[in-house]
Amino acid sequence: MRTQPSLLSLAIDTAVLHLSHFSDLSPLPDHILLDLLGRTLKAGKLNEKVLNLFMATGKDEILSVIQALNIQHVLTPVLPTKFGKMSVVNIKDSDVDIIIGALRSDLTSFMNEWRSIFSRFHLIIVKDPDLNEELKIPEGFNVDVYAKSHMDHVVGSSTSVLFSGYSCRYFGFLISRKKYIVSIDDDCVPAKDEKGFLVDAVDQHIMNLTTPATPFFFNTLYDPYREGADFVRGYPFSLRNGVMCALSCGLWLNLADFDAPTQALKPGQRNSRYVDAVMTVPARAMMPISGINIAFDREVIGPTLLPALRLAGEGKLRWETMEDIWSGMCVKIVCDHLGMGVKSGLPYVWRRDRGNAIESLKKEWEGVKLMEEVVPFFQSVRLPRTAATAEDCVVEIAKAVKQKLGPLDPVFARAAEAMSEWIKLWKALGSGSLPL
Amino acid sequence: MVEPARDTQAATKVVPLLKDELDIVIPTIRNLDFLEMWRPFFQPYHLIIVQDGDPSKTITVPDGFDYELYNRNDINRILGPKASCISFKDSACRCFGYMVSKKKYIFTIDDDCFVAKDPSGKPINALEQHIKNILSPSTPFFFNTLYDPYREGADFVRGYPFSLREGVPTAVSHGLWLNIPDYDAPTQLVKPLERNTRYVDAILTIPKGTLFPMCGMNLAFDRELIGPAMYFGLMGDGQPIGRYDDMWAGWCTKVICDHLGLGVKTGLPYIYHSKASNPFVNLRKEYKGIFWQEEIIPFFQAATLPKDCTTVQNCYIELSKQVKEKLSKVDPYFDKLADAMVTWIEAWDELNPPSGASAKVANGKA
Repeated sequence: MRTQPSLLSLAIDTAVLHLSHFSDLSPLPDHILLDLLGRTLKAGKLNEKVLNLFMATGKDEILSVIQALNIQHVLTPVLPTKFGKMSVVNIKDSDVDIIIGALRSDLTSFMNEWRSIFSRFHLIIVKDPDLNEELKIPEGFNVDVYAKSHMDHVVGSSTSVLFSGYSCRYFGFLISRKKYIVSIDDDCVPAKDEKGFLVDAVDQHIMNLTTPATPFFFNTLYDPYREGADFVRGYPFSLRNGVMCALSCGLWLNLADFDAPTQALKPGQRNSRYVDAVMTVPARAMMPISGINIAFDREVIGPTLLPALRLAGEGKLRWETMEDIWSGMCVKIVCDHLGMGVKSGLPYVWRRDRGNAIESLKKEWEGVKLMEEVVPFFQSVRLPRTAATAEDCVVEIAKAVKQKLGPLDPVFARAAEAMSEWIKLWKALGSGSLPL
Repeated sequence: MVEPARDTQAATKVVPLLKDELDIVIPTIRNLDFLEMWRPFFQPYHLIIVQDGDPSKTITVPDGFDYELYNRNDINRILGPKASCISFKDSACRCFGYMVSKKKYIFTIDDDCFVAKDPSGKPINALEQHIKNILSPSTPFFFNTLYDPYREGADFVRGYPFSLREGVPTAVSHGLWLNIPDYDAPTQLVKPLERNTRYVDAILTIPKGTLFPMCGMNLAFDRELIGPAMYFGLMGDGQPIGRYDDMWAGWCTKVICDHLGLGVKTGLPYIYHSKASNPFVNLRKEYKGIFWQEEIIPFFQAATLPKDCTTVQNCYIELSKQVKEKLSKVDPYFDKLADAMVTWIEAWDELNPPSGASAKVANGKA
């Protein structure tokens, strides 16, 4: 018969999961510190920061274990991040939620690939309500998992259809209480930059969000807040403070986010070009915001990322959806209206090959057709000055969608409905201090 | 540590695209030694050299180049009283070269710009890249997150409307600079040692409605599509401002391109900019511009052109009227500039009559 783990053992296990919350380990007795170090190593959670924590205790036994195991400070294991010169804000790991929509059940390889980058943070994994199998998630993460039962409980079973497929992540956005959200598709793994270093996508996204954006005038040297760059001659000084960046859109190596017709025409095309730039997408310029690799400031535009446009034949591959494109157009309009910025470019993730473009083509032509109506609509949307919050803006857009696009296709009428419902949900559940 | 390409003679065989349709315009006050390095890329093309400063000085052009050279005397002779619109003692005089050219495309480059190397160490044929940029469409109405969709290895992303995938003609290709970046004087003073070492492998269309600072160091454009808008203003000797020539041309050009549905690209190619000008001298030249641009930018951002302006010349004359109306109160300089803008168009039309009529233009020294 196996003995139950002691309270001490359970406490140490919990400590391993919450290592990112500790600033000082020296009050711990030596034997507990040693045990903690051992379990941290076993869990694969030793990184620069944690190593420094242990070394800072100055305890001889700890230091000799570190030396005996030949643990060394790695100079550049992951692309080093220096917060931009304009950023005075100190971002804590606890300000960030990483939200993953699980459309496949076995997340083991996905999580292991991201371990060195994700393990510092709290994760929310939301299971596609249409997925029947149990999720397989490896140990060693600080993670909360949500499934259909939670959705039914929180929003009611009739409303939980909102979260089917790729839209399941929006449930995570709704219930999170962190300032910054990073969300990546479950078929992406960390990319390597041109020098062969692993790209810390989370760090880059946070850097994008915490340095200003410059939507009112284009800087030809791209992001002026990056090290080694600046504003060029001719850039007005009054615009050099920039505005808050609300959304950071990353890119994809290998399988780029093409639509089905494009990928079907060029089945072998893979994106191998690493473009070393982040830039602000200018105000009033529209863009296709892909949901594959994004991050945003939830406090500022949380409600604007919404599950609304669902294609009649929507499927479980990005080629068969338009929900993120629709959501992204709303976000850009709202950001332009509220005077905030959207950045595009780094970080890259590596997107695995999946699916068959020609098969998806049979379904996704509908989305391609709808974009032709969507674009002129968004070009003409005008938000009243009285819309001063993200919620207000979404309500206005929903009204306009119902009025102008609703008559063209039932999918738009449903989108307008979904948007209004979403705002009600957000107002009821999206704010407040208690996480669910 | 970024370096220029040293041995360009060994550059892979160059196929000179648009050899008979493109002129290379180079303003100079010193010498043209830098052409030696560009030889494999430039030699097949015709050069227009605009000599600034003392016309009695002889500028030696390296052997083997086919060129025409204009000094101040030539400019005065050819334009007569209209020569007042061409700046003196400032590289803005280069726009005279645009005016006298008979070709469809112009590439202009400064005499302190050398051949750069790409990350693999290969010398960059900047001219070839500019031509590729200009010959492929632009996409100003919708931003493509994978940048130029017409590049090999790229395409339009999901969500990009198909009706916008044909793009529009590209009027301007704006290249960038490694080593000495194009900073203004205050930035140069604060960061004298900063060098641009980041090679960003992208070309992108600047969206409609967005202005940008256009640098004249490494620039190509379709003269037939947008030539008359490329007036580099009144700078240098006798003028209260300098180092805003290309900026002014860029703002006018972008407003007109947006109005006429033409595209402006920026990004590749890179050249290697070798000389940092004296930041104190620059500060004296730019000083007024730094304040004035706070008025100028909102002016251009708000500028609209009437629907009946369908040619570049009409658009430009209309803009000049608006400059006179709205910017004169900032400084009487703008009144003069507005007049010069009109003079420029008159001179342009005189030297470039609509096809059918003959133009008697005295050639410069060969």
